Amino acid sequence: MSNVILKIDHVTMQFGGVTAIDNLSFEVEKGSIYGLIGPNGAGKTTIFNIITGNLYPTKGRVIFEGNDITGVKPNKVVYKGIARTFQNIRLFKSMSVLDNILIGFDAQANYSYFEAILRLPRYFKHEKIIKQKAYELMDIFGITQFADSNATALSYGNQRKVEIARALATNPKLLLLDEPAAGMNPNETAELSEIIHKIKKDFDLSILLIEHDMKFVNAMCDKLTVLDYGENIFEGKPADAIVDERVISAYLGDFTNA
Amino acid sequence: MNKFLRNIILIAITIYFIYYAQNHFDSYTLSILDNIGIFAILALSYNLINGIAGQFSLEPNGFVAIGAYFTAILLIPTDTKLDMFALVDPAPIILQMKAHFLPAILIGGVAASFVALLLSFPVFRVRGDYLAIVTLGFGFIIRIFAINNPAYTNGAMGLNDIPEEANFLWIGIICIVTFLVMIHVIYSKFGRAMKSVRDDEDAASAMGINTFKMKTYAFMTSAFFEGIGGGLLASMLTTITPDQFSFLLTFQLLIIIVLGGLGSMSGALIATILVMGGMEWLRFLDDDITIFGMDLGAHPGMRMVVFAILLIVMMLFARRGLLGDRELTEFFKKKSK
Amino acid sequence: MDMQIFLQQLVNGASLGSMYALIAIGYTMVYGVLRLINFAHGDIMMVGAYFTFFAKAAGLPFEVAVLIGIIGAAVVGILTDKIAYKPLRDAPKISLLITAIGISFFLENLFTVLFGSTPKAFSAPDYLTKIFHIHGIYLPISVIIIPTVTLIILAVVLWILYKTKYGMAIRALAFDIQTVKLMGIDADRIIMIVFAIGSALAAIGGIFYAISYPSIDPLMGIIVGLKAFAAAVLGGIGSVGGAVVGGFILGFTEIFVVAMFPELGGYKDAFAFFFLILVLLFKPTGIMGQDLERGRF
Repeated sequence: MSNVILKIDHVTMQFGGVTAIDNLSFEVEKGSIYGLIGPNGAGKTTIFNIITGNLYPTKGRVIFEGNDITGVKPNKVVYKGIARTFQNIRLFKSMSVLDNILIGFDAQANYSYFEAILRLPRYFKHEKIIKQKAYELMDIFGITQFADSNATALSYGNQRKVEIARALATNPKLLLLDEPAAGMNPNETAELSEIIHKIKKDFDLSILLIEHDMKFVNAMCDKLTVLDYGENIFEGKPADAIVDERVISAYLGDFTNA
Repeated sequence: MNKFLRNIILIAITIYFIYYAQNHFDSYTLSILDNIGIFAILALSYNLINGIAGQFSLEPNGFVAIGAYFTAILLIPTDTKLDMFALVDPAPIILQMKAHFLPAILIGGVAASFVALLLSFPVFRVRGDYLAIVTLGFGFIIRIFAINNPAYTNGAMGLNDIPEEANFLWIGIICIVTFLVMIHVIYSKFGRAMKSVRDDEDAASAMGINTFKMKTYAFMTSAFFEGIGGGLLASMLTTITPDQFSFLLTFQLLIIIVLGGLGSMSGALIATILVMGGMEWLRFLDDDITIFGMDLGAHPGMRMVVFAILLIVMMLFARRGLLGDRELTEFFKKKSK
Repeated sequence: MDMQIFLQQLVNGASLGSMYALIAIGYTMVYGVLRLINFAHGDIMMVGAYFTFFAKAAGLPFEVAVLIGIIGAAVVGILTDKIAYKPLRDAPKISLLITAIGISFFLENLFTVLFGSTPKAFSAPDYLTKIFHIHGIYLPISVIIIPTVTLIILAVVLWILYKTKYGMAIRALAFDIQTVKLMGIDADRIIMIVFAIGSALAAIGGIFYAISYPSIDPLMGIIVGLKAFAAAVLGGIGSVGGAVVGGFILGFTEIFVVAMFPELGGYKDAFAFFFLILVLLFKPTGIMGQDLERGRF
């Protein structure tokens, strides 16, 4: 049991009369990459929003490292050690790549408002530390040369990297990736999976990811859950999923494409 | 440290200019400079909540009024108060309130900041644009409150004989301090967090930013300096009435920060001079206009029509204003690269 | 408070509440489709009253003048959207709000320049200003007509919203502008209709206001607009029924609180503001509203 980092416990989510998630349960083991797949509108992103506290589930609980975090506010969930990316990349568009990543280090810059206004030593000390850390992160992702560029001026693949780097800056134990490979070409996808494996090892992460691309999921995940209309229709190893009848019928089009 | 030294020298030169102006310029020039200085203080602080934190607010007139009243009451000598309050006797606390100039304007700033804190709870906890309408309403409430509490404010007659302690030296130095505080906030984790709230509130909280706190910090800081600006204004004018702090004041400041570029403090400074100059220059619009020998008569308010059109046109065609959301120095940085 | 005074205040409150309700509907509908606090809405009410005043001054019969006022306000409302708001649909929200406040300030000052800032006496025909005395109740006929007309208008608006094709599109638009575009509905056309309806109702509210007071001035829309917005939030922003309920609650409160505590008379204009604060603190969705601002991902 202690090896479980995240437990989704009988979660149901209804909007008005519509059930987006129906009595869903699964467990993510520490140090693993867990996939959440399913056709559009299956309720994948809804689960992310429940985990990060953007939504409060109608029923059920979210357990993180043995603590109930259901309904904890989004910014507090970050302090517990969960960070996320968004399906349609959401960088701070008026800010440089460096500043975007520095936002992730916000909690680690330990100086007060008055110390910032009066420019006391702690301001300089902590700004220096987090800037150093931000450059280290950018090095890992190979985006250092863009540090001063406006974040939204970057290519799609690089924006994705900035977003993951920004999430990593919050020092998470669990990283939630919402369709990280969406819109990427095969080269970029391959590079991305390499990076994800690397940061998982270097930062001692557990990862929960949502994906469409079956190939990518196969290459990445240790275990996965297939969702269809908010229902859990399969749970197990990726290799077994692609031969499961219910999965195939729910997913038909996507599999033939993949 | 080179940059540090450069900044110190720049500030020293500016202070020397202010000191020189105070002692050598004639009183008409000084009164124009006073006005520009006070508006610069107000525009800089207004730009923090609107431009940096991206929360559309219409608060300045309300907070300027709070600062002005507090400062006036603290500065006016007790005997003068007893003579002045014509409608009812002043409340005992009004007679007891007394302070020197600097503490008086600081108290005005703190009072405005405290009210900003109270307003934060209803407006920042919910999503939506309630800040604008609540602050707009608040400006009217302040007026209603001032008129209906003559024991504290002398009602509609206002307060006069406020000691004229504000001069260009005070105003100039406080303007520099305001500018430095704003720049220090912007280039810190707080400024970054405020901008992240402006750009994408959900993404900001997903990064651990307490968005409510950042909006409140920005709002309270703006209010503090607007309160101080109000105190300087009261002491400069020596007379204040409830009707003086109308929405017109807020509107002028809005034009200034939009023209300078929302979020740019150096832009706000430049725009203050342009708009204040423009206000003077366009004064003829309100006077008698004669075109081809035809007397069109005086049109009070014409200037405001022009400024309203200017604001709308700017929003439609030049939304980024003079400097966008960048500071002057950032342009030079880019060039050197 | 004896029965006569109570009834007297009740009709006064209903009449005042009607005006707030009519103006609040426009706020709530525009907010529903654009998520915009249309600061110029109170001024549209003023515009409607002025058009009526000048049409009547030009010698037209009162009824025709009212019609001109309503149509004129609707046209100004539509123009406001077309010129100032439509180009900014994809711009940051703050740009739209700044433009709205610019329009508001423009209308107020333009009318001041054109027609002066002094209030103009607004005279309605005798059949609207006749006064009855029934069992000691002082009853101007307008106090009966205003709430009645308001309720009829409300029924028409609700019929449009719930029984017509356009109404369905308006409600769909309030829910999600993207989906509506995908469905092949011309969103701009629907938004135009919303501005037309909202502005027309504001004009009617403005004319009622002018009949009751009975004068008009270029700044009359500011405070009334602010109060009507508070009423819309109180009822639940986005909900037409809520706007009406909020408007009546505000109207009754203003009349009854002042009747019971005359010393609070000076604060009458502040009640709406306190309502607004209280609603935002304790029930931001208002009495009948849904949560329009739920985070969408």
